[in-house]
Amino acid sequence: MKIAVCIKRTPDSESRFKIAASGAAIDEAGLKFDIDDFASYAVEAALQLNEKAGGGESVVIALGPDNVQEALRKAMSMGVDRAVHLKVDAVPADGIAVAKALAAELKDGGYDLVLFGKHAFDSSAGVVGTAVAELLGVPCVTAASQLSVDGGKGIARRELEGAAEMVSFPLPAVVTIDEGVARPRYPSLKGIMAAKKKPLESKPAQLGAIRVTLQKAELPPERPAGRIIGEGVAAVPELVRLLQTEAKVI
Amino acid sequence: MANILVFAESRGSDLRKVAFEAVTAARALADATGGGEVHAVLAGPAGIGARAGDLGKFGADAVLVAESSDFEKFARESLAATIAEKAKSGGYRAVILGFSAQGRDLGPRIAARLDAPIASDVTEIVSSGDTITVKHPGYANKVMLTLVLSGSPVVISVRPSAFTAKENAKTARSETLAPVAASGATITVTSVEEGARGRPDLGDASIIISGGRGLKAAENFKLVEELADAFGHAAVGATRAVTDDGWRPHSDQIGQTGRQVSPQLYVAVGISGAIQHLAGMRTSKTIVAINKDKEAPIFKIADYGIVGDVLDVVPALTAAIKEARKDH
Ligand SMILES: Cc1cc2nc3c(=O)[nH]c(=O)nc-3n(C[C@H](O)[C@H](O)[C@H](O)COP(=O)(O)OP(=O)(O)OC[C@H]3O[C@@H](n4cnc5c(N)ncnc54)[C@H](O)[C@@H]3O)c2cc1C
Ligand SMILES: Nc1ncnc2c1ncn2[C@@H]1O[C@H](COP(=O)(O)O)[C@@H](O)[C@H]1O
Repeated sequence: MKIAVCIKRTPDSESRFKIAASGAAIDEAGLKFDIDDFASYAVEAALQLNEKAGGGESVVIALGPDNVQEALRKAMSMGVDRAVHLKVDAVPADGIAVAKALAAELKDGGYDLVLFGKHAFDSSAGVVGTAVAELLGVPCVTAASQLSVDGGKGIARRELEGAAEMVSFPLPAVVTIDEGVARPRYPSLKGIMAAKKKPLESKPAQLGAIRVTLQKAELPPERPAGRIIGEGVAAVPELVRLLQTEAKVI
Repeated sequence: MANILVFAESRGSDLRKVAFEAVTAARALADATGGGEVHAVLAGPAGIGARAGDLGKFGADAVLVAESSDFEKFARESLAATIAEKAKSGGYRAVILGFSAQGRDLGPRIAARLDAPIASDVTEIVSSGDTITVKHPGYANKVMLTLVLSGSPVVISVRPSAFTAKENAKTARSETLAPVAASGATITVTSVEEGARGRPDLGDASIIISGGRGLKAAENFKLVEELADAFGHAAVGATRAVTDDGWRPHSDQIGQTGRQVSPQLYVAVGISGAIQHLAGMRTSKTIVAINKDKEAPIFKIADYGIVGDVLDVVPALTAAIKEARKDH
């Protein structure tokens, strides 16, 4: 199968964030960046699907400034065959604009499957993949927690609130990947060496109008410091009293 | 004056709680933009129209009823087409939905069809005029983002439980909305698996009892279940360590890559408090933690912590809660 995976470069989720002086971005100084978590599951899923099928091609695409090339190389060191960098000065907060640029690149690519993360850590929006599918006019399974392809047909599971659905779909299609599909492998030394020689094409992105902008970024209020009320079973009556009188939940 | 179109989500023949929250948010936005009308799309199998009155109670002026046997299952392509076509025809200022499993799927489809800007998982609509300004927690709830959307219409999905459904009695008129069939290739739902009955969904529950690897074995999860039962209508969650080990299904996972919850009470049982877990529950009103390691990070954010073995403390707590609630 020919599979494309769209990946975003996002800061490590374990970071402590600070707000930039502009007040409208996070301060990137000192942060570690990597392929976004859900997108890295999507990369792994693409590799596994082709491994299972015994062949195929996988391509990663990232829209962003030059620093996204690092994430593209990492995906190639995991085993992806080639990469496309859609260059912009900054990634906009407008998911539809990003989707248009990605769809323009994917349109004539002849892909059987295009994978995305369910949502990106920074935007936490879950817009881009589904919007790309609509722009391409192909079926889209969102938030798949299981995915397989057999005889040109895809099968996926989706978690709903308190239920789950199994779906089947024809290819070509777009799937956005949730927890449960695959955990990313670590690149091997051989993979890292090989990735240096794999093709990475860079070209300008066609974003179009940007209609969603980030006006302000703020840190949410801190929780009050935690408090240990006691040890072992002996602390239970005090806990129940606090739940009744202070928290008023019973 | 601008009208607002809102998707009133249902499952089977029931409206979901998020439907009332979305209608409430739509009502507030309509009032803030000069008192336009709120039109709620109610789509489902034959008979769903009977629920129209409930939407009027929360501020809908009109309920657009689309009945079709296709809507027995989540016919996403047809639903998106039906809502988008209506939005195109009516000169709406905004389309509002819930950021639920259905709404997350439909929102971007509708936005792409309308070529409209979209904001997801919105917790507050700050202002509206030529542009609409919203708040949305990004970075797994670690950074609050204020987003400005220009153009009309816009699509906004609202975070479940962020907007409290408010009664605003209107007698909604009912209109028929013809379902628009999906064009092109579509997804087929081959089966739907209902989860454990009798427990609220994690997103709706006001009390969540959540278990971690400190429970030691899958069978000890029954202590968590029993504590949830003692509280009455509580939901059960888990850490990724637990769902990875198959003690609980992935759908129970709370955290950055699982569900994000904000109940009145969150009880963390044998959970260390990894940053990815905290990302999914730190906005809970009251947090209780039981862990044998007094240095566990969960105690840094727990309002009430007990240092101890969950295998002893939890059964004792269950008995004490039952006793305290015995008049319920
Ligand atoms: C990209 C990424 C995404 C992730 N997403 C999520 C997510 O969405 N949700 C999530 O939960 N995790 C997530 N994780 C995993 C997370 O980092 C932790 O590994 C996980 O939350 C740990 O689960 P735990 O607290 O059950 O287990 P542990 O960290 O092993 O903690 C067990 C705790 O139980 C205590 N304990 C042991 N025995 C007893 C006893 N008898 N009585 C009382 N206490 C006891 C121990 O002191 C310890 O604190 C993610 C990780 C990554 C890298
Ligand atoms: N700038 C980008 N470049 C490539 N892929 C992206 C980009 N932004 C988002 N995506 C993809 O779209 C998914 C959803 O992103 P979002 O809609 O921002 O939550 C991500 O997990 C990526 O797979």
